[in-house]
Amino acid sequence: MSASTEAPQTNAATAQPETMTWDSRSRRMVTIYVPLACFLIILLFPFYWMTITAFKPNAELYDYNTHNPFWITSPTLDHIRLLLFGTAYPRWLMTTMIVSVCATFLSLLSSTLAAYAIQRLRFKGSQYVGLGIYLAYLVPPSILFIPLATMVFQLGLFDTPLALILVYPTFLIPFCTWLLIGYFKSIPFELEECALIDGATRLQILRQITLPLAVPGLISAGIFSFTLSWNEFIYALAFIQSSENKTVPVAILTELVTGDVYQWGALMAGSLLGSLPVAIFYSFFVDYYVSSLTGAVKE
Amino acid sequence: MSAAAEQAWVRQAKAQSALSKLFDWKPFLVVMCMLPAVGLLMVFLTYPLGLGIWLAFTDTTIGRSGRWVGLENFEYMLEDPIWWNAVFFSVFYTGIATIGKFGLGLWLALLLNNHLPFKSMLRAIILLPWIVPTVLTAIAFWWIYNPQFSIISWIFIELGLRETNIDFINTAWPARWSLIGANIWRGIPFVAISLLAGLQTISPSLYEAALLDGSTGWQRFRYITFPMLLPILAIVMTFSIIFTFTDFQLVYAITRGGPVNSTHLLATLAFQRGIPGGQLGEGAAIAVSMIPFLVFATLFSYFALARRKWQQGESND
Repeated sequence: MSASTEAPQTNAATAQPETMTWDSRSRRMVTIYVPLACFLIILLFPFYWMTITAFKPNAELYDYNTHNPFWITSPTLDHIRLLLFGTAYPRWLMTTMIVSVCATFLSLLSSTLAAYAIQRLRFKGSQYVGLGIYLAYLVPPSILFIPLATMVFQLGLFDTPLALILVYPTFLIPFCTWLLIGYFKSIPFELEECALIDGATRLQILRQITLPLAVPGLISAGIFSFTLSWNEFIYALAFIQSSENKTVPVAILTELVTGDVYQWGALMAGSLLGSLPVAIFYSFFVDYYVSSLTGAVKE
Repeated sequence: MSAAAEQAWVRQAKAQSALSKLFDWKPFLVVMCMLPAVGLLMVFLTYPLGLGIWLAFTDTTIGRSGRWVGLENFEYMLEDPIWWNAVFFSVFYTGIATIGKFGLGLWLALLLNNHLPFKSMLRAIILLPWIVPTVLTAIAFWWIYNPQFSIISWIFIELGLRETNIDFINTAWPARWSLIGANIWRGIPFVAISLLAGLQTISPSLYEAALLDGSTGWQRFRYITFPMLLPILAIVMTFSIIFTFTDFQLVYAITRGGPVNSTHLLATLAFQRGIPGGQLGEGAAIAVSMIPFLVFATLFSYFALARRKWQQGESND
């Protein structure tokens, strides 16, 4: 209803008195549906364009005069075939998957324990530790990658996926911890008190009471971490050199762009295939994404 | 016989309780729980942060450990027009993109806050640009901004609005605006969905009361929606400013800092000098020069948060 503030008032002024209420149909059309449709078109257009380009034969790709660029007359799988069989794409996909899963698991494990300690054990100074972890989230990878690159080199991890698995938790743990603190807070403390009185140990409580109740939070944190690791770019670009160890985002940008002639079809096919796993994953867990995004912001 | 068995049973129970007692002893448990997270963050975040500041004062290159050179890197940096250009573009990029993202994001959030059919599906679709890897969408934008085959140019020419193709990324100012456009496109969903969450916490009774008092739509926005949204707006904006200022992926994927270094952000300049250029010390100095801006943004966030009840220890929001 407050959207009406942005809208032109002309429609209401010329309307009949009985339709001048703020929710009249035509006014709603102009103030809500039209702008919303514009937003949707603009937000989705790059994906549409990516998809269309990935299936276009080269003849149509570079000739807008004889073919309408918004449609494909003879779709082809050439670009995808080139990508899957002409490049190390499956290998990149595998590396990315392994790195994302391991980094997610590692950060989920450490942040669950940390969030439990901060929120439930309430030790002295726990709020400062919580604040410290929050501040860690504000340190962007852009200022860490140079020193991390020297560290990774000295540790002998340069050009190995293990370097990425160890480094990704630095931006995943703060996020997950913060999210899980919020989740643990929503679980009634009385449940744990009962268990304590019944003689359960703290670890038993964590495993048998708190964690089962925090499963939605764990799923949110997990899928979010997975997505963030999948999308990570700068560390993967700085730490990985050999073609076969690259992650999908880095490999598409550095391996498929060769010389001056860009294989736009293959590039778009690569982008599409690289986005697809996250997009499919996303479509299954939309609600968790939204709740984790908004939850992390609200906490 | 039965006494001995009983004794054994008692002993076993005691042995078990010693270990579980250790795990039930709070200080030990706290240390065990905090160790993985704090350890990882210390080793791979706090230490590199310090190391980065130290590297900025040395002439380290790839493969050779450097020696202390004092402020030399910073002196060189301050005389470097490319660095000044990167500072200018970082601030400009952050400023314009933040205004764009928040203006449009707030508008989209207000639109979504209405009663709409398929609302949750809409929300899911809108978040898509934010979920997909930035680099991959940046490549899509690179293709959309292609000098010869840009679809936007084609539309403009077909509509008769222009005669020639639009030059998106081959000269300095159009390239800057194109990058800002791509950044706004990617930022809108995050802002919109976060602010939508904030909007949904505002009680409808406030609007009802204001309606009864004869308020206009603008007044309801100005005196109810905006103040109620301010805390969440401050946090989302801090995050957005920090991550826009230190952005790397979009610029690296679309222009790589070109044409003629005009679109370098501090992060891409640091990367170019540090990793392919091999001048780790100089790259670190450029990266460190981002810290004052980030500290400013963080303080902003801290005080915005502190104005509300701090999360820890306070049960009510």
